[in-house]
Amino acid sequence: MKRFLIPLALFMVLAVFLAIGLNRDPREVPSPLVGKPAPAFTLPQLEGNATFSPKDMAGKVWLLNVWASWCVSCRQEHPVLVDFAKSKAAPLVGLDYKDQKADAQGWLARFGNPYDLSAMDADGRVGIDYGVYGVPETYVIDKAGVIRFKQIGPVTPEVLQEKILPLIKELQK
Amino acid sequence: MKLLCALVLALGVGLAQANEAAPLAEDPAVEARLVHISEELRCLVCQNESLAGSRADLAMDLRREIRSMIKQGKSDQEIRDFLVSRYGDFVLYRPPVKPTTWLLWGGPFVLLGLGLFGLITFLRQRKTADAPLSAEEQRRAQALLNNDEGKGQARPQGDS
Repeated sequence: MKRFLIPLALFMVLAVFLAIGLNRDPREVPSPLVGKPAPAFTLPQLEGNATFSPKDMAGKVWLLNVWASWCVSCRQEHPVLVDFAKSKAAPLVGLDYKDQKADAQGWLARFGNPYDLSAMDADGRVGIDYGVYGVPETYVIDKAGVIRFKQIGPVTPEVLQEKILPLIKELQK
Repeated sequence: MKLLCALVLALGVGLAQANEAAPLAEDPAVEARLVHISEELRCLVCQNESLAGSRADLAMDLRREIRSMIKQGKSDQEIRDFLVSRYGDFVLYRPPVKPTTWLLWGGPFVLLGLGLFGLITFLRQRKTADAPLSAEEQRRAQALLNNDEGKGQARPQGDS
């Protein structure tokens, strides 16, 4: 009986490791940008002729949400963002990623516009600086312009309630 | 040898086609370096493909970015650092050696060491098991053998 204990123990250890590995989402890559200053950029806004730069938000805690009219998951997260905008917890800036102006404007007209403004990243270069690889992505940026949190994939009501809103409150102190 | 030649040829054809398909393949030297660098990088959208082989939009954008950096005369290391600073070590197919990856790099050798240790202990134990029998054991073994032979002889022959 005793001679089976060691292989059994080894098997259990292996099984635990494999179970942990199987239950992790490989799409969630930890971002090296959390804790670093948000990369600078200057991009034209979707509406009007003004430009937007993260510098404009200095002194405020704000959210940068990467979206696109062609992005399916963005529609899933959209109502959550609309609710968030209504609560006026923090400014919400959109980064319209690799999109056509007319498509983006049509999308916002159809589903509602939760954004204080949207910047147009037509060729996706700013997206690369922000390490965007799966739209939608959302960044929480603090008063000093440092990225404090990154959500990859749609913002769900749970993530908003449990992570983003408490973090905003904490940072706004 | 023939098989090797065929493989090399097939690979050559594959590379040539990849070059043709690339939209901005005007400079073969740049393209060669691009392939060399991006084969070691992971495409983040389709994670089991390399950046060189992926047709995802992001992979194309990143290849464009790498191409322009090559033209600016950046070194391979600078280009890798550019990507790691944005996407993390995850983009590298060859993870760097640092405290969090020690287990990853050292693990197989630790397992090899444990295996060797186990094997040696097992062999040692077997050697002691093979040691000559004591007088008492010898006598018992002989008795058993004799008994067995006796049975064999006593076994009645069947009608054939």
